[in-house]
Amino acid sequence: MDYRTVLTTCPYCGSGCGMYLPVLNGKLGEPIPAKTHPLSQGRLCIKGWSAHEHVASHDRLTKPLVKTGSGFKETTWDEALDLVVTRLLELRDRHGPDSLAFLVSAKCTNEENYLQQKLARAVFGTNNVDHCARL
Amino acid sequence: MKVSKEVRDIAEEILRQGQVGGVLGLSSEHGHVGPHLFSSTDDLGTLVLEPRYMLAKVCRMILADFPGERLGVVARGCDERALIEMAKLGQVDLSRLDLIGVACSEAQARECACPHPYPRRIDVGEPVQGVAFADTECAQQASEQDLVARQAFWTHAFSRCIKCYGCRNVCPVCICAECSLEDASWVARGKISPEISFHLIRAFHVADKCVGCGACDAACPVDIPLTRLYAQMREKMKEMFGYEIGLDVTNKSPLTTTLEEAPLHGL
Repeated sequence: MDYRTVLTTCPYCGSGCGMYLPVLNGKLGEPIPAKTHPLSQGRLCIKGWSAHEHVASHDRLTKPLVKTGSGFKETTWDEALDLVVTRLLELRDRHGPDSLAFLVSAKCTNEENYLQQKLARAVFGTNNVDHCARL
Repeated sequence: MKVSKEVRDIAEEILRQGQVGGVLGLSSEHGHVGPHLFSSTDDLGTLVLEPRYMLAKVCRMILADFPGERLGVVARGCDERALIEMAKLGQVDLSRLDLIGVACSEAQARECACPHPYPRRIDVGEPVQGVAFADTECAQQASEQDLVARQAFWTHAFSRCIKCYGCRNVCPVCICAECSLEDASWVARGKISPEISFHLIRAFHVADKCVGCGACDAACPVDIPLTRLYAQMREKMKEMFGYEIGLDVTNKSPLTTTLEEAPLHGL
């Protein structure tokens, strides 16, 4: 008999509501709002309640796609990241660091957002950092 | 706490006997409490009883996925009533469950306005008197306010609804694979707040099943007192049909029987 609940944070916005994700026999189930969470106190919005649905969705992208002249092509993470690094460096060298901007996200953790702005400022030399929650 | 210790001891005994695949209860880890399947006696140190979660729904899912196995479950009165209602609908086989019956305290019973704050067999805790419908806020509102005032109250409450579907999602007796509340012919897509009919559809659908566990109230982000609404439906079921929800698995809902099977005398 295999049933586990994993305490986590809703990935959808910056509020950070607390939820348990149940795993029954290896399958992910509907979130259970965490009653002890100081912010959400056992409540979720419809996005939180649906947070598990994309995991097994047929529409989910499971490999990185690179945009080419003839549409999107599947590639590996190594190739995709190499391409991103090469192009970012090219743009910086040709047009200067402020030709670049870095968008961070409410769906990432505080720490991930910190690393992203560090990359922008310390590695590429630009303060162009913005966030999807700047509505 | 003494009560948690008693539950742990019983769970340990059940696990040692080896007849169940696990005992479903609540576990406190990382400062948070959530549902947990205790499959070995080693984890039982984290077993707690509060804050209360509706475990009957989790129970149904586990039983469905492990058809050959038995399951232990820490059950309060509302969990047991929900399991009985699910059994009536063929969703749960009660003979595969070992319930550890926990009686709620007087404060807990008052908080939920619970008419039956204990399961049929109490293993831990002392039974306290249930709250009579006449003593609930719901009954007080019905006697103190006229129709216009009550309509204004509910219109205002429903206007806050953000259609998160949390009330339906947490509900142990909401078990339809296809829900009317997601059917565009009943509920307009993309409209917030929804029409009052959204709440009335739900009230009618749970009228003969709502066990008054209060999970919907607790999950509502905008504090709509749904159990107050459903308590009135439950009281009507009792008045009109003499039907009490969740007490007897052989007592089928009058709403699913025909008039020939159960004639309505005097109506």
